[in-house]
Amino acid sequence: MAESYRRSQWSNGLFVLPYLSVFLVLLVFPLVWGAWLSLHKVDLFGPGRFVGFGNYARVLADPVFLQALRNTIVFVVVSVPALVALGLFLALALNRTTRTTSFLRGLFFSSSVLSVTIVTLIWRFVFIPGDGLLAVASEAFGVQPVNFLSTSGWSLFSVGVATVWWCLGLPMMLFLAALQQIPNDLYEAAALDNASPWRVLTRVTLPSIARTIMLVTIIQIVMQFQLFGQAQLMTNGGPNGSSRPLVMYIYEVGFVRWDVGKAAAASEFLFLIILVAAMAQYIVSTRKSEAAE
Amino acid sequence: MTTDQSTYRPEGLTANRTLLTIAIALSIVMMAPVAWLVGLSIKDNKELMLGTESVFALPYTLANYVNILYSSQAFGWFFNSLVVAIGQTFGVLVLSSLAGYAFARLEFPFRKTIFVIVLFGLAVPEQAVIIARHQMFNWFGLHNSYVGLILPGLSSAFGVFLMTQFFKAIPKEIDEAALLDNASPLRIFWRVLLPLTLPAQATLGIFTFLHAWNDYWWPLISATRKEMFTLTIGIASSQTNFAQSEGLGFLSAQAVFASLPVLIVYVIFQRHIVTAVSGGAVK
Repeated sequence: MAESYRRSQWSNGLFVLPYLSVFLVLLVFPLVWGAWLSLHKVDLFGPGRFVGFGNYARVLADPVFLQALRNTIVFVVVSVPALVALGLFLALALNRTTRTTSFLRGLFFSSSVLSVTIVTLIWRFVFIPGDGLLAVASEAFGVQPVNFLSTSGWSLFSVGVATVWWCLGLPMMLFLAALQQIPNDLYEAAALDNASPWRVLTRVTLPSIARTIMLVTIIQIVMQFQLFGQAQLMTNGGPNGSSRPLVMYIYEVGFVRWDVGKAAAASEFLFLIILVAAMAQYIVSTRKSEAAE
Repeated sequence: MTTDQSTYRPEGLTANRTLLTIAIALSIVMMAPVAWLVGLSIKDNKELMLGTESVFALPYTLANYVNILYSSQAFGWFFNSLVVAIGQTFGVLVLSSLAGYAFARLEFPFRKTIFVIVLFGLAVPEQAVIIARHQMFNWFGLHNSYVGLILPGLSSAFGVFLMTQFFKAIPKEIDEAALLDNASPLRIFWRVLLPLTLPAQATLGIFTFLHAWNDYWWPLISATRKEMFTLTIGIASSQTNFAQSEGLGFLSAQAVFASLPVLIVYVIFQRHIVTAVSGGAVK
């Protein structure tokens, strides 16, 4: 039946059917069902009556939600630039193929393959008061160590440090891939002009990878907005909720207090934020790279 | 900087010695916490109770690692992780290959529309569907089961997207030749094209395996019985009663033990992993 290869046929769709059914049942349906739940009063025993946007109103009036939203935004605003800057720096430093650089690339990427459990365990051993690496080191220097994980203001910062350590590999690799796409004649022209390294960086290298910088930033915003495990395991959101992120709020409302309708409403807010960022990513990645000219 | 001119290389302007030196310094900072963890793991728990500075001095011991062998729990969790990760990897490879082939090579009604809808799925964060998913799995009694732990991972659109790209990259002449023999689409898929996608299968497979192995969010919610924990959840659960119960040394050894499989996979398949992770991010 060679004909079926070129002509549109229903039977060809059978190849997509297995995935499509999983997709519909496990992704599309929960998405719709979640939206439906967010409009109802629901508890452990099942859906109750229709409350319209009541759950949304309750979420927005909840100081804990607002605090979690603010924490998440602060976290994103601090960790994303750090990740982009460090990733870019490492890519520039390691943009050459020698034994040392490939080893270092592998090393900087290696933390990305660990699970959040291991990452937080490693960093708790660094931060634990009295016995942690940081405490031992500061004692050696005669400095009074801060109790990082249980001091308001420091706790979210500590979570950020662990996160940057964990997520650094991806931005670096994406930047390295972009640097390798820059045509050599651009550098040759710069060399003919006797341009200083700094000038080459700001006039040739950075403009050529502008689109990638944008893309990496958006990817990181999407990823860091979903912060959960690091905060839950390192600080449990504390002290006084000062490091509780949005996803942890959803988790606590939905699976600890079983206020399902409210949790569903809160997760719609998260979905909206991620959706906007994903749209931005789509627009940036499909736009033709005119910047290179 | 005129001296650089004589030894000019294109990359020379972006990768110079100073930057490399700073990068090496950063790599030491990066590895210090890991070295600390390994150090703790080879110390006696009682000695650590008196003060962790003892990490820097003899004696060292492998007792903590030996104790893992006697802790049946860690091995049970290890086995659960293995079942879930392998099951999910197998499922994703089958579903994504079939769908990717059809999207890249075949014509069927609404092909473009369906593909766009599937791509839209990439933008849905797992947290946004978690409440509804949890309820659904409750209806069917799937919590605390392998099936329940494996299924959600199969809905990810990433694999379909990746396989579609790979199938598109195979030259069309190859299926044209098979078409002359009057082969059916299924035959072309199975006999001709699938063997050519083996590198892609490896990339997607390793990516899915790591993702499943490291997943924290869904198992945390779905596996509530201790014997159904994956290793990731299990280690997290023993973290909560931190310093008191099992001791820093034992916890560290557990963490090293849990990360060894992924690190070994990483060292062997580094290129595949980097390709998959970077490709997945750029979409």
